[in-house]
Amino acid sequence: MEFGLSQEQIMLQDMTNKYLAEQVSLERVRKVVSSEISDEEIWQELTELGIPGLMIPEANGGVGLGALDAAVIAECLAYHVTPSAFLSSAVMAPVALIAAGKDELLAAIAAGEQRVGIAFGETIGARREAGIAVIGSVLSGKCLFVLDSQADHYLIADKDKNLYLVAASAQGLQRNNLTTVDKTRTTCELVLDQVEAEVISNDPAVYTRSLDLGRVMQAADTLGAAQSMLDQSVVYAKQREQFNRVIASFQAVKHMCADMVANLEPCRSLVWYAAHAMDQVPEEARLMACHTKAHLSEVGKAVAKTATEVHGGMGFTDLVGLHYWFKRIGANRQLLGSPELLRNEAAKIQGFV
Amino acid sequence: MDLSFGIEYTNFREEVKGFIDQHQDKQPSATTESMTAIEWQKLLIDNGYHSRTIPKEYGGFGAEPDIIKSRIIAEEFSRARINTGLGGQGISMLVPVLLEMGSEEQKQQFIRSTIGGEMVWCQGYSEPGAGSDLASLTTKAELDGDEWVINGQKIWTSTAQLADWIFCLVRTEPEASKHQGISFLLFDMKTQGIEVRPLVDMTGSANFNEVFFTDVRVPKDQIVGKRGQGWQVANAILGHERGSLAPPEAAKSRLEGVIRLMQSETIGGEKVIDNPVFRDRLMSIQGRVLAMQFNDMRLFSARINKGQSAGMAGIIVKLMGTELRHELEALAIDAMGEIGLSYEDNPYIRGEGSWQYLYMYFLGLIIGGGTSQIQKNIISERGLGMPKEPKVDAK
Ligand SMILES: Cc1cc2nc3c(=O)[nH]c(=O)nc-3n(C[C@H](O)[C@H](O)[C@H](O)COP(=O)(O)OP(=O)(O)OC[C@H]3O[C@@H](n4cnc5c(N)ncnc54)[C@H](O)[C@@H]3O)c2cc1C
Repeated sequence: MEFGLSQEQIMLQDMTNKYLAEQVSLERVRKVVSSEISDEEIWQELTELGIPGLMIPEANGGVGLGALDAAVIAECLAYHVTPSAFLSSAVMAPVALIAAGKDELLAAIAAGEQRVGIAFGETIGARREAGIAVIGSVLSGKCLFVLDSQADHYLIADKDKNLYLVAASAQGLQRNNLTTVDKTRTTCELVLDQVEAEVISNDPAVYTRSLDLGRVMQAADTLGAAQSMLDQSVVYAKQREQFNRVIASFQAVKHMCADMVANLEPCRSLVWYAAHAMDQVPEEARLMACHTKAHLSEVGKAVAKTATEVHGGMGFTDLVGLHYWFKRIGANRQLLGSPELLRNEAAKIQGFV
Repeated sequence: MDLSFGIEYTNFREEVKGFIDQHQDKQPSATTESMTAIEWQKLLIDNGYHSRTIPKEYGGFGAEPDIIKSRIIAEEFSRARINTGLGGQGISMLVPVLLEMGSEEQKQQFIRSTIGGEMVWCQGYSEPGAGSDLASLTTKAELDGDEWVINGQKIWTSTAQLADWIFCLVRTEPEASKHQGISFLLFDMKTQGIEVRPLVDMTGSANFNEVFFTDVRVPKDQIVGKRGQGWQVANAILGHERGSLAPPEAAKSRLEGVIRLMQSETIGGEKVIDNPVFRDRLMSIQGRVLAMQFNDMRLFSARINKGQSAGMAGIIVKLMGTELRHELEALAIDAMGEIGLSYEDNPYIRGEGSWQYLYMYFLGLIIGGGTSQIQKNIISERGLGMPKEPKVDAK
């Protein structure tokens, strides 16, 4: 029995962290945010590490790794607030395509040549401005907060959890960038006017697998972002002096940091198990995905606030850039289901509703 | 990630289940024809389900330490909600310390009767002037011939009113520094000069006491470790205590209780579990219980796999586990509304009053065994390497 990361996974983690620390500095993140460079540039570099093809079978040009490996990567990416299409292109889309037995696009995704965005809003707390109608395989309507505004294709879910693939360049499709607080990853709206789509799946299980995995990845992303904020806080507190002492010697500051650790450390085990369940304990996968994302969202929110406070005024400035992590955690909280929604789903899964 | 235990353990689990099936009717209970707590304890030890790794010569089962088997026993007993045998400070804290640091005579003399339930212990550490700052304790013991002569006062001493013996921290080297002048003594609570005054706690029962010592004479050799080493001995036990105060298995089974409660209680004709606000709180607590369960699995894994690190998973358990239980019990009370206030002889009481009782009891555990604030000091200093408070000179 061994609960935790394997030697290989620890190596993968170290290697990825090392690479991101060198290649994806905060300065570079700022350039992506201000559109000086495109996130595609970073995506191409991640292709060298095999990240887009992480979960794609080797036969299709990928690395063929599992959900726990992907969670490790998600955590690393968020630790460095890396702008990337990881969630949609490397996890949710390939997993749905694989489950649906549609492997045509997989090789191009693994090679970093094609990106696939995710439009699942229709089935997860759709808002009043949204809604799509389907006639045969022709889609009309509007999807909001679609993951990745630079993708080449979009995987769209309708109300009945059927999945469709449309090309970004398809006739009748208009794509508008939607600015959110989190500028390290992009979202957009898709306005569809009788767009001819490819039917990918009519099996709700395909949709569910992709969604569950997406939720676990977001939980892992929040774990990485929160861990980074905690680490930055401890470093800062040991340097910054007030009243002739480092602020790390003030008990109020120590207890803020202890609170962050105490809440965050069990999250790590929760994320590991949820990811493990995705591949190995299918009967628990949905419940674990809901609980893990909901719990990480709550802990992440608290850590994001506390870490900012530990930095004083600096924490509030753009200068230190702590806000990039703060906003990333905030975005993870809402996308693919807010905690209230997820807890309601967790109750449904257990037959309490 | 590999969560299987292997075939040897599958068989062992079956064995444990078999034992439970065969004997569960005999477990001690107030209502049915059953064994006494002491008879049940003996049955458990004889079968290796209590004191499993304690050597046979000291009254234990004498098995090789196997953390996986111990866990399987705990899991199966918890799942079947079976009495796991006797606990208390003697069994959970003193016995491990005697095994580690006691003399051969002490092991022979105390372990068998302690695990058998014939000898009940209390822990005499805290004093009116020494709580969180335990090392400032002043109860003194002076050597007079072959005996220690003890004078002073302890407080918050749980079960002292029932205890046969006490393990006690006393100052034996007044010249030495705070932490170097303490010794760890064992003595009979019937010794002349000991007075026990029960203190009623917020639950309404008198679970802890004040204990006064006036010229209490104790044989010189009833010391564990050397003179002045008592602090180290005590810290070894505190480690045992903290980890075990709020096990996640118990939280899980209490959570199942809250679920049953919310499924059966109604507000204005509506089941509590059908109320979305309560359901949300329930799910939120469930998420936290799950996090602690897997945190525990990580700790367990690091114990059986050399070289695996559990990070800070261990250092946070006392803080998070006790706070979680306090809130879990609170949810059950809120779910019942005014019914949740019922206590003692109230005919509308649910769960024999355990929700209110444990809600308060866990506040006691948040304070006892190192308060939550002290836990945060430990986490930030030992876990994160943040500086200690600047020292203030003694008055
Ligand atoms: C139910 C229960 C059972 C107990 N059983 C036993 C027993 O069997 N044997 C025994 O010896 N003792 C026992 N105790 C005593 C227990 O260990 C002490 O109560 C505990 O260590 C706190 O000490 P205190 O009560 O003197 O509080 P204090 O130390 O006076 O603390 C009061 C407040 O000050 C805070 N505080 C103190 N120091 C610091 C600091 N450095 N930094 C931040 N905050 C600080 C505390 O967190 C707390 O909030 C028991 C206590 C309880 C509640």
